[in-house]
Amino acid sequence: MSDLFDILLTAGFWAATIRIVSPLIFGTLGELICERAGVLNLGIEGIMTVGAMAGWMWVYQGGGLWGGVLFAACMGMIFGLLHAILCVHLGLSQHVTGIGITLFASSLSYFVYRMLLPSATTPPKIVPFQSIAIPGLSDLPIVGAALFNQSALTYLALLTVPIVWYVLFRTPVGLAVRMSGENPVAVEAQGINVLAIRTGAVMVGSGLMAIGGAFITMSWFDAFYFGMINGRGWICVALVIFASWQPRKALIGALLFAGLEAMQVRAQQSAGAFIPYQFFLMLPYVMSILAMIVIARKTKYPQALLVPFRRGERV
Amino acid sequence: MVIEPRSSVSIWRAGLAPIWAILVSLLLCAGLVAWAGASVPTAYGLLLKGAFGSSFAINETLTRSIPLIFTGLAVSIAFKAKFYNIGAEGQLYAGALAATFFGTGLVTLPPVLMIPFLMIAGAVAGGLLLLLPVLLKTKLKVDEVVTTLLLNFVVLLLVSYLIEGPWKDPMSLGWPQAASIVDEGVLPGLLAKGRLHFGFVIAVVLAIGLWAMMRFTVQGYEIRAVGYNARAAEFSGIKINRTVIMTAMISGGLAGMAGVSETAGLKGYLTLDLSPGFGYTGIAVAMLAQLNPLAVIPAAIFLSAVYVGSDAMSRAVNIPTYIADVIVGVSVLAVLCSVMFSQYRVRWRG
Repeated sequence: MSDLFDILLTAGFWAATIRIVSPLIFGTLGELICERAGVLNLGIEGIMTVGAMAGWMWVYQGGGLWGGVLFAACMGMIFGLLHAILCVHLGLSQHVTGIGITLFASSLSYFVYRMLLPSATTPPKIVPFQSIAIPGLSDLPIVGAALFNQSALTYLALLTVPIVWYVLFRTPVGLAVRMSGENPVAVEAQGINVLAIRTGAVMVGSGLMAIGGAFITMSWFDAFYFGMINGRGWICVALVIFASWQPRKALIGALLFAGLEAMQVRAQQSAGAFIPYQFFLMLPYVMSILAMIVIARKTKYPQALLVPFRRGERV
Repeated sequence: MVIEPRSSVSIWRAGLAPIWAILVSLLLCAGLVAWAGASVPTAYGLLLKGAFGSSFAINETLTRSIPLIFTGLAVSIAFKAKFYNIGAEGQLYAGALAATFFGTGLVTLPPVLMIPFLMIAGAVAGGLLLLLPVLLKTKLKVDEVVTTLLLNFVVLLLVSYLIEGPWKDPMSLGWPQAASIVDEGVLPGLLAKGRLHFGFVIAVVLAIGLWAMMRFTVQGYEIRAVGYNARAAEFSGIKINRTVIMTAMISGGLAGMAGVSETAGLKGYLTLDLSPGFGYTGIAVAMLAQLNPLAVIPAAIFLSAVYVGSDAMSRAVNIPTYIADVIVGVSVLAVLCSVMFSQYRVRWRG
């Protein structure tokens, strides 16, 4: 046990936690926006793969890092638009459409990667985002390394939380998004186009998911591997439920998970001799399921989640 | 744009929907084939030839369709009750684990008993794995999609641990694989040549059985009723939770049998690459079959042909093999659309 406490006191652990939390924040907030508008987006796993591949490829082909992030976000939005056309405008099953988007988006990413780099056996690398030390603050013990010596994308992730909260809960657009997920008929009665609101929310959310994917190849690592998203998208879907669709709680949930993962890597080194590494790797998935069980009785789903809206049709 | 239900849907229109979906998918993916620098007719010709062009190719296509029939049936029946089991991949491995646990020396029976015993053991294992998600769904309303998806990763890591650790075959020269299934448990081959094995017969019989069950039995009616309108089903006295749990057990069991059939029929031993995503492809199979157990057979053979044919095509004209996965992904989306357009009419007006 004392080993675990020692880990908690190292700056490296906290710095790793904040680094690992970044893609989870982007993914969870992206999913949260979609679901707040009433659309479950199970395309997240595939859209994160697209973001990871597209952003990395942009930089590998000679583009700038921020251009890559923007490109990844645009690609994510295109898949978001596809998801919206299918399940917002045509009213198809959100579950099956999402799974279909994931199958399509991830296989297309791998296909494009292989097309552009047919013979790469060892994945080529790019120069990723470097950490930026904020003068003064970064010298603080533990907190400095954790919060003030990170890459620009991590700062962006942490900034996204209050921005998403503000837009969703303090602006008319946010109100319309939330109402579309609770009572679309009332939104329509206000003269607001529910389909447009939902389409916009799914596109913005998917853009954020793709940036989360891009973080993994452009800031955390420096190359694109097959299967590198590895269920992170699904964990984000679980985190949204765990967070009861609240951005603030999403941040807390994501931090818990990132902490667990950072801890896991370190505990593997000390306890790896007698506990096989596979059990450490299982932890995030098992914890996601446990988190959903713990929160289950309290969850209040957005009332119109999974319910397609057709103008003029009685509900 | 207004979308309204058609007053009547002819059998032709409904039956042709998956065909349209397949054509549209192949047409869209032709863009990728052209990008790879191949002539589209040549490439698709090679795909067709690779899948059906020789008795060897047909044998291989049918062999690859076996796990897809099992997982396609598993997904079909679950989706029919609107229970979204996306965990067929994990349940497949659970079945393979059961086959390995019992079939590598622990139990030895004559083949007539051993093969059914292993199949049932695998089915029980697959069902048990789905028990947690279905109980969470029925008791606590926890979304089954996420739990079944997450369990896939857990099971795969468990398999990885077992075949690198306690179950590792000492004779495998360092490769992470389990010991071979005993001879009594191996599914016999169906033909003198090729890899087609008895699993195909089991899969087809199960498909027919499941179709009959859905159509002619009370349980089948209840599953359909719960999926179509759970509230109405409840008012008419159907116990929803019991029906959903039963459906899940059948679904998990079918996926588990896919694992037994792959382990005891095709490979002979458990490895980590036993299934290249058969559980996920099962979703595409079920959608193309429009959740009809009988239609699962041709749908599985078609998607298996896409995989087997793409292997041949990509070798010949240098297209990344991922083209097969893209075709599968696109066909899921396309079939959703085509089925919808067979039931609804779109009218454009200002």
